[in-house]
Amino acid sequence: MAEVVGAYFTSHVPSIGGAIARGEQNDPYWKPFFDGFPRVHEWLAEVKPDVAVAFSNDHGLNFFLDKMPTFAVGAADEYTNADEGWGLPLYKAMKGHAALSWHIIEHLVEDEFDPVTCQQMLVDHALSIPFELAWPDAKEWPVRVVPIGINTVQHPLPSARRCLALGRSVHRALRSWRGAERIVIIGTGGLSHQLDGERTGFMNREYDMFCLDNLATDPDALTRDSIHEIVRQAGTQGVEVLNWIAARGALGPGAKEIHRNYHIPISNTAGATLLLEAA
Amino acid sequence: MTIPAMLGEPGKPIPGTTLFDGAAARKGYALNAMCYSFNVAANRQAFLDDEDAYCDRFSLTPAQRDAVAKRDVLGMIAAGGNIYYLAKLAGIFGLNVQDVGSMQTGMTVPEFKQMLLDQA
Repeated sequence: MAEVVGAYFTSHVPSIGGAIARGEQNDPYWKPFFDGFPRVHEWLAEVKPDVAVAFSNDHGLNFFLDKMPTFAVGAADEYTNADEGWGLPLYKAMKGHAALSWHIIEHLVEDEFDPVTCQQMLVDHALSIPFELAWPDAKEWPVRVVPIGINTVQHPLPSARRCLALGRSVHRALRSWRGAERIVIIGTGGLSHQLDGERTGFMNREYDMFCLDNLATDPDALTRDSIHEIVRQAGTQGVEVLNWIAARGALGPGAKEIHRNYHIPISNTAGATLLLEAA
Repeated sequence: MTIPAMLGEPGKPIPGTTLFDGAAARKGYALNAMCYSFNVAANRQAFLDDEDAYCDRFSLTPAQRDAVAKRDVLGMIAAGGNIYYLAKLAGIFGLNVQDVGSMQTGMTVPEFKQMLLDQA
């Protein structure tokens, strides 16, 4: 039976990609963030995942406002990155796992979720940068991916409770998958940040700590706030914590924290990295 | 705006924040569509070559055209712009999110960066 080996969470700020491209991992500005990754590399080498089920949000590469799905599941054999308009390097393509994607889709719909299914899907920095951070020297990615997109762009957004339930449904789908894969769950984005409006530059350590402290042991605590309240506390883009909440659901009922790093600021964002294992 | 003032209060409108909802998405469609087109390098060049003609192609509203011409980010947001798409316009001019932060707060870029560092 397939095994869920754990969950990896990280911020996906585009400028991390710039720092990697310029080799600035040991630069005093970036080091506190990149210092969170040797433990991630070690852990991935220990648990050896071959599939990633990854929750993230599109930033206007694959989806535009003409069609904006609340939840979207990739169901392709390959996903490519493309020019996002502001000069990031083009990232390596990712191999998909279409059979597992369709198993998850079947299960989600049976469970009364209604995702959009994507046999073609571009993946943006929200997926590529966490992969670059996790496997910095990989010639090709060691995992095949099932990307799951959550709308964090256009309100109304799905509630935190709904995102956690989505993740839990994905977990049940993984439990009923008959393959022998070793599956890592990935949640990307956040934590607190806001790029738009007079409040741009806002971060909130206290709220981020609340999220980090509860994610493993009491994820439902993160779902008691409305989207409006999450945006107030985390920022308009900090609401990407929805990806983390869904990923936490997909890890399974119990979890323990094995690694955490948190640093303010990377670019305009509170940078965070977290590893959880099932418990 | 001071950091404590930024936090606001539960249940109240969020200070200095426009939620990008259905009304904004309708109002901003043309502007966001133009910005989305900047994923393609040739379109970025076409905008640089003839900004007016490029805005015409996307039928920007007068408020959107005015905000784009003035590089007025808050004006673009008021006209329905969404930052995920506007960032692609900023990218044409080589502006990063600290530059865009400075443009929205009236701080200089060093002041804005300091404000970020002050939250450490």
